[in-house]
Amino acid sequence: MTTLALEPQLLSLTLCDPARAVAYDKTQWERLVWQSRAAELMAQLHLVLSEASVLASAPAPARRHLEIASVIARRHADAVRHELGNLRQTLEPLQVPVVLLKGAAYLAMGHDAARGRIFNDVDILVPKTALKGVEQRLNWDGWFPLHTTAYDERYYRDWMHEIPPLQHKNRATVLDVHHTILPPTSGYRIDADALLERCRRLDRDPACFAVLAPEDMVVHSACHLFFGEFHKGLRDLYDLHQLLSGFSEEAGFWAQLVERATSLGLARPVLDALEQSRRLFRTQIPQYVERDLRPAATSIWPGVCRRWLFDHALRPPHASAGGRMTAFGRWLAFVRSHWLRMPLPLLAYHLSYKALLAR
Amino acid sequence: MRARLVGSGLVVPCGSFAVAIRSRLQAVHRGLGQLYADFPVFDRSRTYVDFEVEIDAPFGLRSLVRPQAILRCDGRAPFKPLPASQAMAMLEWGLNWVISSHSHDHLVLHAAAVERSGRALVLAADPGSGKSTLCAALVHRGWRLLSDKLALVSLQDGRIRPIARPISLKNASIGVVRALGADIVIGDVCRDTAKGDVAHMKPPSASVQAMDRPAAPAMLVFPRYRAGGQLVSRAEGRGRALIELTRHAFNASVLAGEGFEALCDLVASARPHRIEYGSFDQVLPEIDRLWSRVA
Repeated sequence: MTTLALEPQLLSLTLCDPARAVAYDKTQWERLVWQSRAAELMAQLHLVLSEASVLASAPAPARRHLEIASVIARRHADAVRHELGNLRQTLEPLQVPVVLLKGAAYLAMGHDAARGRIFNDVDILVPKTALKGVEQRLNWDGWFPLHTTAYDERYYRDWMHEIPPLQHKNRATVLDVHHTILPPTSGYRIDADALLERCRRLDRDPACFAVLAPEDMVVHSACHLFFGEFHKGLRDLYDLHQLLSGFSEEAGFWAQLVERATSLGLARPVLDALEQSRRLFRTQIPQYVERDLRPAATSIWPGVCRRWLFDHALRPPHASAGGRMTAFGRWLAFVRSHWLRMPLPLLAYHLSYKALLAR
Repeated sequence: MRARLVGSGLVVPCGSFAVAIRSRLQAVHRGLGQLYADFPVFDRSRTYVDFEVEIDAPFGLRSLVRPQAILRCDGRAPFKPLPASQAMAMLEWGLNWVISSHSHDHLVLHAAAVERSGRALVLAADPGSGKSTLCAALVHRGWRLLSDKLALVSLQDGRIRPIARPISLKNASIGVVRALGADIVIGDVCRDTAKGDVAHMKPPSASVQAMDRPAAPAMLVFPRYRAGGQLVSRAEGRGRALIELTRHAFNASVLAGEGFEALCDLVASARPHRIEYGSFDQVLPEIDRLWSRVA
């Protein structure tokens, strides 16, 4: 097994060209299943393979894993829908906009990106002025902070773009309540009102919720991935690929994406998202988009370093996809995410606290 | 076996999966030799391997001072590292984790199951109730071991799929089971684990050989051992049994309605009983008596 060649792109290649799986041997199917489980993309893989009618060529045990994953994903979607119903009842009386983010948004919009997705938590965005009321109503309804140390409290309240994660006392669902899309300590002070202005009310159930405008949704998703730790990098990139593929049918989407990314000063992560999505998933992107973003997308790191880092950090976290340097690449991505999120003195303080004092 | 363990992996059945085990740890080699001697070994190149499980010493300076073992499955480490002396117990827990976290085409119950004349007796109880010890005693008396920890109830037909892996014993029960007879084989004792002293009993070879024969549940017992206690045996209501079993189902939330139906079918087909006992002499004849009425 260690003597076999690595297949770092087996999963992404199969997701964008499922027909090639017809020729896979047993070992490739084993790896495809392992990599997709590690990357949390197994149910999406099941969907793609079954729509391309190649599931029948999979060995029976591989098919079994994929089918189980699809059942689990359906349960996840049911659970999130149920949770959104509860949240609506809790927050509707406040009469404030509640913007669903990431997975919950894709699901509520009925977007393809929600299909087969596993949900680990629910993310919402509310106006900062409404935060206090939202928190109180959530507390009354049984949502309590997951972390309760004074340091965690300070970390979230003073430095982050969200309050400490909440967990429901009975259902154990985790809820992240955001007031903007990037930590203020990152140096990007994103005006959340500008996002709220363009957000779209959902006309289907659950009615009180809104979602970000398509360009803002892509910007947020790109920031989340490319300022983050690449913990579920490939899954997040696949979300982006699906978002881009879906929104590209909307008139004016690409121009608005360029305009928004540039005006928010977020051309770099958006360009990274487009380039990586095209590299791994062959996303169709008009040529002018990358050309127009490039002048604003500056970085102190040479392109070759960035490409190397993204190549490793976006592999499925499985031995059959990662080489000797992949663990190092992942570690660098982790360091980089903290570097981008906090100024150096604060970062030094935070990391020393976590290393020395945190329980 | 050793060559496979340090090479491409020793592929053995694990519930409804084929698992490739790799390890360089002597304790694991010895443990597998003691407990899995009757297990079929599959050809790695021809068998579809569902999971790769590795248990080895983690890298780092700590290994010089205090040797540890870490278990990885497909790149994930489900548990924190443990002292190297607990490696075999950790491997068993890891294999249980593989089954309970991925067998979602079955209802996975935290229960023991044994078979006689084609039908299954399910023993469900909280940890520490003496379930595994009772299971070992029944197996020693000729019942076929289906599983001592995880009863896999098929969502297709309600039958219980055998696992037939070693029976896990804790603390005083290790001596109790050893005393059952000279034919009982028990592996090395792992001391001071999170669950106290832990050792595993080798499954009878007849149970291992019958691993592909599932059995329909006929009786459900909630056993409870009380030191020095008297025998108290009574039929349990199916509704109560259902509620209690829900607590013992690992994947009820994943299976949702389908899981609930499987639980209902189980309590409908297996007559529930509650038995408290203070010795094997009380409980074993009582189970025989109850069994003669259902079988």
